[in-house]
This record gives sequence, structure tokens and C-alpha cells, in this order.
Amino acid sequence: MSVLGRLERLDRRWIFLAMFLVVSGPILYMGLTGKLFPEKVTATTQSVFDAVEAVPPGERVLFAFDFDPASAGELQPMATQLLRHCAARKLRVVCIALWPLGNNLAEDTITEVIHADFPQMRDGVDYVNLGFQAGQEQLMTLLTTNFRKGFPVDQRGRDTADLEILEGVRSVTDFPLLIDVGAGFPGSKEWVQYVVTGSGGKLRMVAGTTGVSTPQLIPYYPHQLAGILAGMKGAAEYESLVNAKIGGTPPPRYLEAQRRMGPQLFGHLLLVALIVLGNVIHFTRKARAAA
Amino acid sequence: MTRQRMTWIVLTVVFVGLLVARGFVGQGLGRVYVERGEVSLAKDGRSDQGEPVWRTVPRDQAEHAWITWSRVTPKAFAEAQAKEPGQDRVVLSWPRTVGLWLAALLTLAIFSFLYADNPAYKLSESIFVGVSAAYWMVVGFWETLVPKLFGAILPGTVKAMVQPSLKVPAFSPWAPGTWDAADPAFWPWMQQWGSMAIALVFGVMMLWRLMPRGGWIAGWPLAFIVGMTAGRRMVTQVESDLMAQAEATMQSVLPVTPGLSAWDLFWGTLPGILVLVGVVCCLCYFLFSVQHRGAVGGAARVGVWYLMITFGAAFGFTVMGRIALLAERVEFLLDDWLWLIDPNHLRS
Repeated sequence: MSVLGRLERLDRRWIFLAMFLVVSGPILYMGLTGKLFPEKVTATTQSVFDAVEAVPPGERVLFAFDFDPASAGELQPMATQLLRHCAARKLRVVCIALWPLGNNLAEDTITEVIHADFPQMRDGVDYVNLGFQAGQEQLMTLLTTNFRKGFPVDQRGRDTADLEILEGVRSVTDFPLLIDVGAGFPGSKEWVQYVVTGSGGKLRMVAGTTGVSTPQLIPYYPHQLAGILAGMKGAAEYESLVNAKIGGTPPPRYLEAQRRMGPQLFGHLLLVALIVLGNVIHFTRKARAAA
Repeated sequence: MTRQRMTWIVLTVVFVGLLVARGFVGQGLGRVYVERGEVSLAKDGRSDQGEPVWRTVPRDQAEHAWITWSRVTPKAFAEAQAKEPGQDRVVLSWPRTVGLWLAALLTLAIFSFLYADNPAYKLSESIFVGVSAAYWMVVGFWETLVPKLFGAILPGTVKAMVQPSLKVPAFSPWAPGTWDAADPAFWPWMQQWGSMAIALVFGVMMLWRLMPRGGWIAGWPLAFIVGMTAGRRMVTQVESDLMAQAEATMQSVLPVTPGLSAWDLFWGTLPGILVLVGVVCCLCYFLFSVQHRGAVGGAARVGVWYLMITFGAAFGFTVMGRIALLAERVEFLLDDWLWLIDPNHLRS
């Protein structure tokens, strides 16, 4: 059988194996050596960084964890760096979740970032986790008129009326910035549709999204969305920006997204090679048939 | 014996052999360690709302005390052992270690489908579906039905029996003596209570579909849900996806900064012009009431190119997302389970 014939009849399991090897090889290499690829920051990521930088220290930001462990591989590095950036800027962070497991991920992120590196931040004063509330887009709409009715108690059962961090907050538009790390419905798209667009520019929003949902959000940038972290690439770029701003040698747990760009590079190269190969086979077959 | 079965046996034997070998080399295989902590509390008066206030006290003075176990790194265990051999503060957690191994084996079982369908894949798929369904049912009950519905209709009972953190209003729906129409909070509460009572009735009507007769009753709440959702979505779609997007498309071609050089002006306005051309051409492609000939046909062809580029970009993003998920799982297997790499320096 000719090479062309063999390639045409190639068992797809060889492609799965090749993908597994090109993904696991760089993970093994980068895990053993600690080497990273440099990141060139794109405009959408820079806009997220600038939007957080534009909030004056001491101001409150609303941070929505709208994802679950199924997409944590892609979104958790973003959530970690966004919270770290806010804490480093001395912003007061109000965490909420519209996905049930988002609440657990918010708790984990607070432990990983605030408890570990910013122990001076006080619960209920400098940060708070209001936990999960059901209601999806109905809840979003409620937050535009009565924030405390949407979240009557925080994760620890404290009345939100007694929390210092929420003093003077009547609606979601009392926050200058909304950060949403979202994997789907309800998520960034619904925040734009139900909350941000109706705020008349009073509320700015930045979003960290999965690669799959990024194309749906790109049209909102830059008017309705101030910035987007687009998938793993956006996470790696933002991670490099935050590490550069904070300075020093970052702990290895703050290099997670940049480490995962190695498998991305080789995985994409393999896929491009397969697409080119597929086209070569197709056009060669077509030319032979015509001849 | 079929070739496929032979392949499975060889793969399994080689894998188990490598796993056992790995267990005897270096630090061995994945384990989870935990550190013991103690919480001892005693009552310290009551808050303004009448709730008891608790403070941390020594264990012998505690009214309530319990032990907590928090996950620590293997390095913390090694350090604790080096400091005090045989200590019992930082210990191996068997339940969490079993959980780690289960997660790893289920991950491999799911991956095994890429070779061929098999019982291990079917088992892990069934576990996943079952756990997900049960989880969502529990979440729906405890996060929606209990606090939002039963908590609104029977607030005192729900607070006393199942959810102590529930905020209870001053008025009780079942004790008209507590009603005070002069209180500004009364009518909003009454409105909410009434709307939740209607929601309960609608919920019961929805479940009527399960009854042998009168299934049509479920159609009424369904009609309400469809009508309300369509109305709400229509308004937001028009506002955020039509008006705001049209405005943004028009704004994007305007040079915003005066005094720009011709070069900067060109590069500054080019993206906006491309967006405008793309919008017009894609709309032409979807214009089915006019034949795609002449100028309209040309614009439609350009529109097709825009669509193809958009689909290509979307495919690229999807690939990035899927590789990210695969990379996360592979990292879990190599780092947390096999201890082959240690990127976060948790063991060294």
C-alpha cells in the first residue's frame, strides 16, 4: 500500500496517542526543569489588567465565581491571579457564586491567595465570600435593585447587613468593577446582558472565560466588556503581568498557567500539522482522480 | 483470544508493572497527608439580634469542641517526622488517599474509551452520571426549595429545624396578630409571601403531569414560564445584543483622537472598517429575499469568508480549551498521583 493509502486509512487511535504524548511530554519536561515560555500580552488581557489597576485602593470589587471543577483547569489560574492582583492593589473583594460549586472554588482561592499571602486582610472588612445563591439571571436582575436581598447572609451565615465591607451597597452598580470568571450559563454573557448593559456605563466588567465560550464574548469588547482573559493563553498572559507587577520570584503555584502553555504549543503544532496533512491528502487524491 | 483482548491484557500488565516499580522507586506513589487541629468554643453572651456569640477557649472549658483535619503537603509531613519521629499531628489520610487513587483510576478509565469501548469506561461513565444527577437534585432541594420556597412560606419552622442562618421576618404568615400594615416592611413581605405561595401552587400543578388524569393542568405553569422567559430575554437581547452592538459597530469606524498622523489614522480605523464591512457582508449572506447576484452576491461571498474565519477562530479557541483540560488531567496524573514531577515544590 502506498504512503498516501496508509495515511488515508490511519487508525485515529494513533492520533489520540500522538496528542497524549505531545501534551504530556512538555508537562514532564517543564515540571522537571521549571522552564517556561515567554508571554506576549494581547490587548484584551492588557485591558483586564488596566481595568483592575484603574480601581482606586480601598474600593470594593465584585468577584463572581461562575464555574465548577470541570473547567477549573482553564479558569482557576485566572481566578487565582485576579484575586491576587486585587489583594495586591488593596482592593476590597466581595466574592459571590452563581454556580453551586463556584462557592467551594471561591473558598479555595481565598485560602490559596489571601490566607497564604495577604494574612492582614480581614474577613468581612477587606474580603468576604457571600457564597452561592440560586436564581441565575433572575438573581442578577435582583442584584441591580437590592443587593442584600439577593445575598441575605454570607458563606458563614453572617447577616450581610452587619458586614462592614457591604456598608452603603444598595445595588450591584455600587461596585466600580465586576470581575466574572465564568464557564457558561449563567456567566459572563448573562452579566453583560442583564446587568452591565443596563447600568449605563456605571459598572465596568472584565471576564475570564473558557476557550470555548470566548468567541461569544468577543463582540462585547471593548464597549460592554472592558477586557477578556481568553482561555489558557489569556490566563498565562495575565499571570505574567501580575507576577511582573508584584515583582520578586513568584512561588511555583503562581506559574500554573504559564506552565500549561507548553502542552498548548505542542498540541497546537500537532493539530496544525494534521490539518495540513489532511489537506495534502485530499488535494493529492483529487488531482490523481482528475488525471 | 481476539487481538483487541490481547492488547488490553498486555497494556494492563505493562501498566501495573510500571506502577508497582514506581512504588518502590524514590518517594513512591501518591499519598495525602493531613494535620490535626482542635476547635474549642464557649458561649460569650448574645448579640443584638439575640444570637449566641461564641469565643475560642481552652479545651477543658469548652462547651463544644471538635477536631479538624486540614490537608498539608508531603513536605510538611517529612518535616514533622524529622522534628519528632512518630508524631501524630501530621498523619497519612487513608480516606483522602483512596479518593486520590479513585480519581486517578477513573480518569484512566475514561481515557480508555479512546482505545475502545470497555466495561471500565462504562462503569466510570455511569458513576459520573449518577453522582452528577444526585448532586444537582440535592443542590436544587437545599439551595432553592428549602431557603427560597419553604423558607418564605414557613420561615419559623425552616429556621428552627433545618437552616439556622435563615433570616426570619418579624411577621408570621400563620399568626395574623404579628401583622402590622403600618410597618414599611410589611407590604413587601406580604408581596413576597404571596408570590412564593403562587410559586408553590405552580410547582404542584407542574407535577400534575405525573398523575394518571389531568395532565393538562401542567400546561398552565409551563405557559407562564415560557411567556415570562421569552419576554424577559427579548428585552435584554434587544438592548444588549442589538442596540448596543449596532452602536458599537458604528462607533468603531470613527477616528476618536484628533491630530493623528495619516499612518496612525489608517491603522486606528482599519479594525473598525473591517468590522463594519464584515457586518454588512454577513448580513448580505443571510439576506434570502434577494438573489445573490451582482453586488449582493459579491458581498455575500465576502460574508462567507468572514464566517469561515470566525468558525476557524472559534475552532482554535475550542482546541485551546480542550488541550487545557487534557493538560490539567495529565498534570494531575503525573504530579498528584505518580509523583513523577513536582512543579509546586510540595515534596522537595
